[in-house]
Amino acid sequence: MDNSDQLELSLNNQARRDFLTTSACGIGGVALSSMLLEDGLLGSEFANPMAPSKPHFEAKAKACIFIFMAGAPSHLDLFDPKPVLNKRDGQKLPKEILDKARFAFIQPNTATLKGSNRTFKAHGQCGMELSDYLPHLGTVADDLLLVRSMHTDEFNHHPGQLLMQCGVSRFGMPTMGSWLTYGLGSESQNLPGYVVLNAGRGSSGGATLWQSGFLPSTYEGVLFRPQGEPVLNLDNPKGLPPELQRLGLDTLLQLNKGRYEKVQDPEISSRIANYELASRMQTTAPELIDLSKETNSTKNAYGLNRPEVKGGGRGKLGNTYQDFARNCLLARRLVERGVRFINIVYASWDHHSNLDPELKYNAGAVDQPIAALIKDLKQRGMLDSTMVVWGSEFGRTPLGENRGGRAANTGRDHHPFCFSMALAGGGIKGGQIYGKTDEIGWEVEKNPVHPNDLHATMLNRFGINHEKLTYRFQGRDFRLTDVAGKVIQDWIA
Amino acid sequence: MEVGYSQVDFSRDIQPIFAEHCTKCHGSEKPKGGLDMTKRAGIVKRLKSGGQAVTPHHPEKSELLRRLSTSDPDELMPPKDEDKKLSAEQQALIRQWISSGAQWSTHWAYRPLSKTAPAKIRDAQWIRNTTDQFVLDKLKAAGVEPSPMADRYTLVRRLYYDLLGLPPTPKEVDNFVNNRTADAYEILVDRLLSSRHFGERWARHWLDMARYADSDGYEKDRPRPNAWRYRDWVINSINNDMPFDQFTIEQLAGDLLPNATGRQKLATAFNRQTLTNTEGGTDREQWRVAAVMDRVETIGSVWLGLTVSCARCHDHKYDQLSQKEYYQFFAYFNNGDESSASVPRSQKDYTDWLATKTEHDKQLESLRSLIASHNKVLEGKMPELEQKLLKKIKTQQSNPEKFHTLDLASAKGPKGVIFKKQEDGSLLVSGANPAKAKYTLEFDTSVNDITGLKIEVLPDKSLSANGPGRTQHGNFVLNDVRVYATDKAKFNANQHRVPLVSARSNYSQKDWPAKNSIDGNVAEGKNGTGWAIANQYGKEHYLIISTTRSISFKEPTRLQVVLDQQYGTQHTIGRFRITARTGHAPNDGIPASIVQAVQIRKDKRHPSQTKALLDYFSKNDPKIKQLQLKLGKPAPKPPVMSVRVISERTKSPRTTHILHRGEFKQPRDRVAALTPEILPSYENQAQGDRLDLARWLVSGKNPLVARVTVNHIWGNLFGEGIVRTPDDFGIRGQAPTHPKLLDWLANELISNKWSRKKVIKLIVTSATYRQSSTHRPELENRDPSNRLLHRQNRFRVEAEIIRDLNLAASGMLSRKIGGPSVFPPLPAGVAAVSYANNFKWATSKGADRNRRGLYTFFKRTAPHPNLLTFDCPDSNVTCIKRSRSNTPLAALTTLNNEVFSEAAKALGNRLIQEKENDSDRIIYGFRLCVARTPTISEQESLQSLLNAARKYYRAHKTEAMIYNGETEASAWAATARVMLNMDEFITRE
Repeated sequence: MDNSDQLELSLNNQARRDFLTTSACGIGGVALSSMLLEDGLLGSEFANPMAPSKPHFEAKAKACIFIFMAGAPSHLDLFDPKPVLNKRDGQKLPKEILDKARFAFIQPNTATLKGSNRTFKAHGQCGMELSDYLPHLGTVADDLLLVRSMHTDEFNHHPGQLLMQCGVSRFGMPTMGSWLTYGLGSESQNLPGYVVLNAGRGSSGGATLWQSGFLPSTYEGVLFRPQGEPVLNLDNPKGLPPELQRLGLDTLLQLNKGRYEKVQDPEISSRIANYELASRMQTTAPELIDLSKETNSTKNAYGLNRPEVKGGGRGKLGNTYQDFARNCLLARRLVERGVRFINIVYASWDHHSNLDPELKYNAGAVDQPIAALIKDLKQRGMLDSTMVVWGSEFGRTPLGENRGGRAANTGRDHHPFCFSMALAGGGIKGGQIYGKTDEIGWEVEKNPVHPNDLHATMLNRFGINHEKLTYRFQGRDFRLTDVAGKVIQDWIA
Repeated sequence: MEVGYSQVDFSRDIQPIFAEHCTKCHGSEKPKGGLDMTKRAGIVKRLKSGGQAVTPHHPEKSELLRRLSTSDPDELMPPKDEDKKLSAEQQALIRQWISSGAQWSTHWAYRPLSKTAPAKIRDAQWIRNTTDQFVLDKLKAAGVEPSPMADRYTLVRRLYYDLLGLPPTPKEVDNFVNNRTADAYEILVDRLLSSRHFGERWARHWLDMARYADSDGYEKDRPRPNAWRYRDWVINSINNDMPFDQFTIEQLAGDLLPNATGRQKLATAFNRQTLTNTEGGTDREQWRVAAVMDRVETIGSVWLGLTVSCARCHDHKYDQLSQKEYYQFFAYFNNGDESSASVPRSQKDYTDWLATKTEHDKQLESLRSLIASHNKVLEGKMPELEQKLLKKIKTQQSNPEKFHTLDLASAKGPKGVIFKKQEDGSLLVSGANPAKAKYTLEFDTSVNDITGLKIEVLPDKSLSANGPGRTQHGNFVLNDVRVYATDKAKFNANQHRVPLVSARSNYSQKDWPAKNSIDGNVAEGKNGTGWAIANQYGKEHYLIISTTRSISFKEPTRLQVVLDQQYGTQHTIGRFRITARTGHAPNDGIPASIVQAVQIRKDKRHPSQTKALLDYFSKNDPKIKQLQLKLGKPAPKPPVMSVRVISERTKSPRTTHILHRGEFKQPRDRVAALTPEILPSYENQAQGDRLDLARWLVSGKNPLVARVTVNHIWGNLFGEGIVRTPDDFGIRGQAPTHPKLLDWLANELISNKWSRKKVIKLIVTSATYRQSSTHRPELENRDPSNRLLHRQNRFRVEAEIIRDLNLAASGMLSRKIGGPSVFPPLPAGVAAVSYANNFKWATSKGADRNRRGLYTFFKRTAPHPNLLTFDCPDSNVTCIKRSRSNTPLAALTTLNNEVFSEAAKALGNRLIQEKENDSDRIIYGFRLCVARTPTISEQESLQSLLNAARKYYRAHKTEAMIYNGETEASAWAATARVMLNMDEFITRE
């Protein structure tokens, strides 16, 4: 067998063939300029890499909203109550534990346990215990799968964030959204299949958190912007009206078509199609961000008009409370329009000091909009097919941070051994708590979950066998779950 | 099946199966059942069981095949619990391999370069050089004719795009098209190869592989303001056609060359393109090891075309590289430490400096000879000078040093600073704690003949860290002490400054000696000088300052002392005491050795003592002092800058160990530097350092390096390499489409003394290269990806080049070569996604807005979106081959982005300015973009767009004003915008 033939067997090409056999009327069912079709320009070589394609098996989830809490929120103060830790507040840990652990800033010799000042209350029929900083999330407890047994291999922010997004902490790897759109394409042919919404401070990982790595840049996340044009370069230059834009594109089409006829390169037809899609996006993207048709009660439920609160650390951009609420509402609108993957990035939860007030600020920013999003999706019948994920790169230490020169232990350090995540919808069984940490929240005691397991299970809900979604790069078949990953059956609804 | 292989190839088809399924148990160490499947001898020998795993040519007599398919679960291989039964196809491959003799061949890429000549083709009219013979050979075998030569417009544009990354001007096009002499093409090639823009174009290919960026990467992603020096090095080296062997050695080990020059050291910055993690709380060793691994893996990819990274944690599954060999490779780099080197800022600055420096040195020379002659005079006056000195010492000894308390009249400091007098006569400072302070103290005293002051700084519990300073850690900086004195009654501070001559202290911090407290240099931070006491906090210290002459007044004396402390960050004194000195220390101002020497009789002195005395007199002679002052005028500073490089660790070199699972905290067996076994070894290995490794790579015996390098070159000229996985020459990569051609070119590279320009010229002058890129529908099924090279390829150019083309066609491009990175316009909010919004993009002004794309500042966590949209690599890891996506975002970028919009407007204006009428302007604009003249129908399309735009802007003057100033300019900009968006323009045809 010839190697080149082997390459042809990548999933993407399968998608290409599926697309060619299923869509008779142009790109993903969207009509192109009739001229193109009449002239048979969409020849057999033409393929749209974002055309929707069939999964390996029946899918429960169609879209994913990944809410990435960059910087590592404290599981001990939000999701994982530890009465024993509170009792042992101020005590030291046995030396053998401290010697094994690595810390960023904690000085092991003088470190002491730090209890939580939060109160926890049981919510919903399932009796899920959540912190007093998350009152709204409590109202959707019965839809939530709360995972208390996450653990990771990485200890610093950027590598940890890469591991959570890419399944591997190395650079140059595709992120979750890239894998998913590479595997499934997107239902939306008028908007990008993978959209990123950003609020708060910039994250440690920056644009690498939505990179496509070795996959073509078609699968890279497109950052929607809170101000100005929603997609970079969407607006025509000032003074160039839509009618001239249309005429210009028509002229361009004629020129490109002429060249195609001469040189017969199918890449030209692909380019023509992309100019048409770009032109459609000029209408659909502004329509997407226009919230005037949303009712006031929806807007208020998300907290779109909440006043900004003091806090949030240095480098904060814009009005975080409103931006985050708006991003959650936009996520729903994106899912409605067929977008496959939405990554809402929020930074930063890196509370080495000032834990209580800063956590209050951040939880206050995200609690209400996320709960509203889950309720809104449910009410519209979209939650079953939309997976919402709340997560971060790691957790925080049960030890107070006694960094040299600090007067008091008001924060917690990085903690890769255990942390919490929450999922809802998209074929995930809610109303349950999965996994358990030990009595002080130091290590996982039961049902450990690695990001590779999380990804394997997420892909499963999208009808994808994580071991079969591969891409050949530098002689190796890479996948989102690297060389590991187990589907967690208990999560499956 | 496409043209390719029909035979089973052991290394490609069989070995990977064995590696994946068999050798874990049937390896060379303790093979199960005595079956070693890592070599042919092991597999064909008679086994303990009596059977034979493989009997060549006889699949039916091969136990291996039976065991792969048996229905007996106890006999099945791989064992049932492994759950890895071989597929029917895999079994068929093994069967076919055994039938054809079970040859155990080395993977093609590891074999030595072959020297086979191409077959002589009878119909050789098409052939222009040997390259074409190989290609035609294969085409003929497949019964396919090559494509005709591209038209001359396409050829000239192809060469400009490939060699310079710039469009030819219509005039340059015409010069070539109309020059029908036989060597016109070759002359053009030579001209382009000697253009300075050639270095820019090809440097960018190399920078992809070098993972060049202007920032650290990771969370903090700090800028690297001097990174561009390495980029300049690459541009210059390529322009000068530095032989690839030297190019390799300098980058990997330039610092280890004998008498390494600054530039050779600079070249090692190749290894400093690794990321640096400065996130809080990182383990430095972890990231050092990560950087070394990246260096090893980058070299594996760039020079060897091998993906060595798998072997970090375990033996490579497919390629013959063990984990041990990975760390033996690692050892070459393990003692290359990150350091910095000074290199000239620019060659011109450096030459200018050399001239000034020579002039300066000449002046110094004449001053030195003046001093020497005056010293001769002093030598003659020695007895007289000695007498004077003896007398002075006597006076000083008879009047020993004494300190006297002073009555404080007033103490003033910055607003809110409080001075409290203590019982021991000291002053304790409290209240406000400003960043800087000037204390002005006035004392009255009746003591006469004051010869100096003593300033004691004292610890105190009320001070942070016990003082004596008011910083958190207890330090202070006393920049300057000024003393004023007069009769108490007539005090006027400004007119009675007391000159100070010398200062000494019991202790001073390095670089902050006592004498600095009277040198008059007062400034913030390290811009000033002063006395400080770091590392000796919480203790008493003193400073004694001598006056030039003694202070005496008839009436009580008023002394004013100013303590100036301008370092900042609260480096001020917290508690101090000032007393007046009378008398002298025995050798006040006279070194002890001089006191001793002068008291010895002349004839009994040691010659060195005599010399010391003369030196002392010379030093204190007013005339010589003056000359010395001139001599001390600082030499012009060399225009050098610090760059990140690698240098070899000499102190306590590290040993290298296999790292279990690649983890830096789990070192296992120790290993020494050694090259991989599968490749020819380097016989002259010396230290086992980077220089050895580099020399091994380019020794000419390593078959991979030359193959990989010519494949890169071919890929840049055809859009695809001869090996289409240029990053993977291993077993899982694709085999070369033209193996003999690849080897022949590799040999050419070596025999042409590694000149890349010569190989490029060879390729671009071939008939193969000159073929038309028009697709041939009749071959789309037989050879869809053009593995036969039945035509040239047609492909979109890279991100940087798209912008360069736009700027060049519109006439905006700045052609400046080299220098620091620039900041072209960036859409608002892009930089803000970087960590904590810590990065500000200050858009360059003037010509720097419009420099070529390779000079754009590359911030790893927030790269310029115009680059990423067109697949510019993220530069976090080496990129051997860029992808070429085709997306709606790309369309939006070239339609609307500020840079491209500016280009459209500029092109519109240029057409109006340079041509007279619509038709000429359209033709000219079209030709500026794609070299050829538009067809009638293309002209008509553009004309009708122009008409519509004109009509619109005539009716909408305000819109015209907003878009490009006025009606005509706007109508032309709208038309030019379409020309610049043509597929043809951004495609290398």
